[in-house]
Amino acid sequence: MSGTGIGASVRRKEDLRFVRGAGKYTDDMNLQGQAYAYILRSPHAHAAIKSIDASSAASSDGVVAVYTSEDMAAVGGIPCGWQVHGKDGSPMHEPKHPALAEGKVRHVGDPVAVVIAESREQARDAAEMIDVDYDVLEAVLDMNQAITDDSPNVHDDVGTNVCYDWALGDPDVVNEAFSNAAHVAKLDLINNRLIPNAIEPRCAIGDFDQASGQYTLHTTSQNPHVIRLLMGAFVLGIPEHKLRVNAPDVGGGFGSKIYHYAEEAIVTWSAAQLNRPVKWTADRSESFISDAHGRDHVTSVELALDENGKFLALRESTLANMGAYLSTFAPCIPTYLHATLLAGQYSTPLVYCEIKAVFTNTVPVDAYRGAGRPEATYLLERIVQVAADQMGLDPTEIRRRNFIQPDQFPYQTPVALVYDTGDYESSLNKALESSDYAGFAARKEASKAAGKLRGIGVSSYIEACGIAPSNVVGSLGARAGLYEAATIRVNPTGSISVLTGSHSHGQGHETTFAQVVSEKLGVDIDSVEIVHGDTDKIPFGMGTYGSRSIAVGGTAIVNALDKIIAKGKKIAAHLLEASESDIEFENGSFVVPGTDKAKAFGEIALTAYVPHQYPLEELEPGLEETAFYDPKNFTFPAGTYICEVEVDPETGVVDIASFHATDDFGTVINPMIVEGQVHGGLVQGIGQALLESAAYDENGQLLSGSYMDYTMPRASDVPSFSVDTTVTVCGHNPLGVKGCGEAGAIGSPPAVINAILNALAEVGVTNIDMPATPHRVWQAIRNAQAS
Amino acid sequence: MTVSISMTINGSSVSADVDARTLLVDFLRVNQRLTGTHVGCDTSQCGACVIHVNGKSVKSCTILAAQANGADVTTIEGVANGSELHPMQEAFRENHGLQCGFCTPGMIMSALDLINVNADPSEQEVREWLEGNLCRCTGYHNIVKSIQAGAKAMREA
Amino acid sequence: MYSFDYKSPSSLSEAVAMLQSSDDGLLLAGGHTLLPTMKQRLASASDLIDLGGVSELRGISVSGDAVTVGAMTTHAEVAASSDVRGAISALADLAGGIGDPQVRNAGTIGGSIANSDPSADYPAALVGLCATVNTNSRSIAAEDFFTGMFETALAENEIITSVSFHIPKCAAYCKFPNPASRYAIVGVMFADCSHGMRVAVTGAGPSVFRVSEMESALAQSCAASSIADISISADGLNSDIHASAEYRAHLVTVMAKRAVEKACASC
Repeated sequence: MSGTGIGASVRRKEDLRFVRGAGKYTDDMNLQGQAYAYILRSPHAHAAIKSIDASSAASSDGVVAVYTSEDMAAVGGIPCGWQVHGKDGSPMHEPKHPALAEGKVRHVGDPVAVVIAESREQARDAAEMIDVDYDVLEAVLDMNQAITDDSPNVHDDVGTNVCYDWALGDPDVVNEAFSNAAHVAKLDLINNRLIPNAIEPRCAIGDFDQASGQYTLHTTSQNPHVIRLLMGAFVLGIPEHKLRVNAPDVGGGFGSKIYHYAEEAIVTWSAAQLNRPVKWTADRSESFISDAHGRDHVTSVELALDENGKFLALRESTLANMGAYLSTFAPCIPTYLHATLLAGQYSTPLVYCEIKAVFTNTVPVDAYRGAGRPEATYLLERIVQVAADQMGLDPTEIRRRNFIQPDQFPYQTPVALVYDTGDYESSLNKALESSDYAGFAARKEASKAAGKLRGIGVSSYIEACGIAPSNVVGSLGARAGLYEAATIRVNPTGSISVLTGSHSHGQGHETTFAQVVSEKLGVDIDSVEIVHGDTDKIPFGMGTYGSRSIAVGGTAIVNALDKIIAKGKKIAAHLLEASESDIEFENGSFVVPGTDKAKAFGEIALTAYVPHQYPLEELEPGLEETAFYDPKNFTFPAGTYICEVEVDPETGVVDIASFHATDDFGTVINPMIVEGQVHGGLVQGIGQALLESAAYDENGQLLSGSYMDYTMPRASDVPSFSVDTTVTVCGHNPLGVKGCGEAGAIGSPPAVINAILNALAEVGVTNIDMPATPHRVWQAIRNAQAS
Repeated sequence: MTVSISMTINGSSVSADVDARTLLVDFLRVNQRLTGTHVGCDTSQCGACVIHVNGKSVKSCTILAAQANGADVTTIEGVANGSELHPMQEAFRENHGLQCGFCTPGMIMSALDLINVNADPSEQEVREWLEGNLCRCTGYHNIVKSIQAGAKAMREA
Repeated sequence: MYSFDYKSPSSLSEAVAMLQSSDDGLLLAGGHTLLPTMKQRLASASDLIDLGGVSELRGISVSGDAVTVGAMTTHAEVAASSDVRGAISALADLAGGIGDPQVRNAGTIGGSIANSDPSADYPAALVGLCATVNTNSRSIAAEDFFTGMFETALAENEIITSVSFHIPKCAAYCKFPNPASRYAIVGVMFADCSHGMRVAVTGAGPSVFRVSEMESALAQSCAASSIADISISADGLNSDIHASAEYRAHLVTVMAKRAVEKACASC
């Protein structure tokens, strides 16, 4: 089965529909009798709503209904899925997040009212007739200002803008290490706010069947079961058996489609009020002010070293922007997905990290590709570079001196995690080789001759994927389990339906998972169908985020396959008149080794459903098994990225001359797909480093609110990449996999910035924030020359 | 105001009465149920809606259906020859030039227009041509590879 | 979009009549600024008069010392025209760098200059290449045509029919694009023509402008080094999240220098 099994670059099954334009995305659906919702949003960052007059809108052409928060009074707030406790033990502040604003708007884009009409344009026409009387209040924007006593509060009932004040580590021990250190490197930095910008805008269609009381929500989601739980249990009070959530083909997520959004509840609730389907599709302008944003940290970091460049301790203090409300997983991003990564690939014995999460009058911030881990990697790989420069060490040498060594695994970090496997020096060595690190000096000279400044930057990242186990994350505040479910349904004639709780929105599960099944059962990959996205079809699921699909969802599939094989052995034993313990499953057949006794998998499948010769007294007919898998630990992909840039000092333009990535993802199921995931992650990381930034003005208006001002990476902004892998196999899942979805976005920003600072060192520039736009680079050069 | 329009779409003649403000992309997606053409932005930049009008690639979100009256329109649904994929579609699949698939129809339609004006584009020429097509998944690496491979297959066909 | 009546004249005179008889009519050329603006409900019209069917407004011709481009000629047609490239390669280069291929397939020169976007490319070409804007009623020198940010000398019911560019001895356009929109943060058209040296700048200010100090220096010695030390004042220049006025002022010198270098290389 090597052609379609584990390790083969099988061409994707899903592409056959996508390249024809035959994918079925949510907005491609139109239900009989559907009406269209338009959401009237706040034009102000912070304002009290004195009154709303919707009377003329209600009588406008084609209008079916106009709703405000008063109409939805019985509907619950949008829930948060993670409760963080502060360092004094107090729970985080968790103000209500109403579906439609109640009394106050808290960010530009906050939903105020919904108009439902026969057409989108009619709904929009009517929305313009709604008269909202606002009392505009001072907007809370700057986090340093927001945490002072003089700041207005985003939530009056909370009385502070600090959502929680959290810490990890022992400050006294860490401070002691700093006071005894031979060298201390310090850095203040900003991890810029990003807007995820999946190319498919969000869409939600609510439907209600009065006869059965059945609700359906078709939505652009990465995790339909999670939406069913959050919206059903907390917002609308619909039990699971009366609520179907269907997320069909989804056009990219990157985290932004994990969360339960108000629009989903609004269309579902409205459909029941009106007894007809209600559809809402975001305009891109709307996406900018209603999809959860990412990152947005203001950080101070210090690294203590001994005289040999050995790390003694790390200290971080960060303000993390939550935006105006707590999005579904927001509280855990700067804490449990961030501080726990601060050891990186290094044997730093002591770490102290304190995080203040801050409410501001901006769009809520939540996980975006990497989620907390890019922020950790960025500060760590930047401060390591600063220390290397200050101590006169080559960036690779300082890393080598501090890497956790292969014989130290499993390795207990000072930040709670236990790394299972890794070989960091191998990845570094391979990256050095593929990037011709040794030849850099000559290339720098060539650039200089052409009037350009060339620089090289290294980043050795680690990430933690497949967040788990459930009992541990539960003790840390998660309000859900983090397992995954899978059902293997072997059909009577041998075809196989795999019902997975993972959700593919670009990752290629229909192919990768089918490869796993093909390999394990020895069946043709074309006889395997991966089914996902519909809560009416899939027993359960937690969805796809945090690079968890293969490590958690894939393992659930393998475990269910093991149950299939175990049952198959019982059936085969009966047919072959052999003892069950003598049966082995090899290459798609149940055999008694050393004999010619064998039954093909297909025969066993048919026998299970036509049980004429079958041990009915001991065994149920049928061949369908379900597994729920809760991982014992995270997985820990890691690698080294090397970026080379050329800077035009006259304009400040940074050109990525080359980019080399070496990753350790454990076992690779489909190398073609894995490389594609890395490419995409790299460009999102390069986008953060060079191009992208959500900019607010002093009134809380989003200045980068369209593609005219938010710089999305284009093909001409990036080069082709050199990507390869090293392998240490994950020891605690049967496939040995680690996950690959976020690595590129996690590891690349510091590689780019370190390269730029390396290039600019000769003109005296020592620091620059992301995104390093031409303007910012030019300004940094100018400032350095002036000083 | 309602306007009467007729055009050829993927080789078939189509006539309809539409609101004058109907965009061509909405006419294709809603009226004609040709949902392969997508909408990803409202500022004419993402390129998910690229189709061909009279043989040239255009953004169907920035043209009224009325403006295409009498035109010959090709969408992604009209590219394959029945069950046989077009070499450019095949190249995207072969080279993993897509992930979520949402930008893909626009990418392929844009690529086909490039090949019309430049049968053998360099990597740089492909990257520059894709100025009007955004992809958030692939990092463009494999899209560029796909288009060059598709161009080669078309030259050799 | 707000609703409107759609009109599709087949001649210029019909278009003028439709415009005159409408309450609040707007001309639809390539539509690549107007339609997005209308989609966002930032513009509306009683009548939208589509010039797409007016064939007399299309086409490119070269005669004597001028290249004349019909108002409804697309950017792609200008970029691909061997006549344009042969006479004024800088104009073909400029048109080929506007927006993206799909924008260039639809956007027109008439639509672009009528909109007078301060960061559009064409204004630099018109002023730099001593162009004349021809309308249904008169001819307007380019420098008189652009009167301010999104403002032109066009009268009510006046329709641009074509633009005539003076063929220079040599010319080049260098643009520093906005990283997001790809409009010009600064675009400089340099031309050496019988009217003298021209340095026309778009993107930097509220409207296209010439840099006379650079023009004089180039008249003395036509080389990039002549203007390398000439800096322009940042006062009154545009400033936004992508570029401060100071940065724009700096880029004017850099882009002008590069345009001169490029032009001299082809001269």
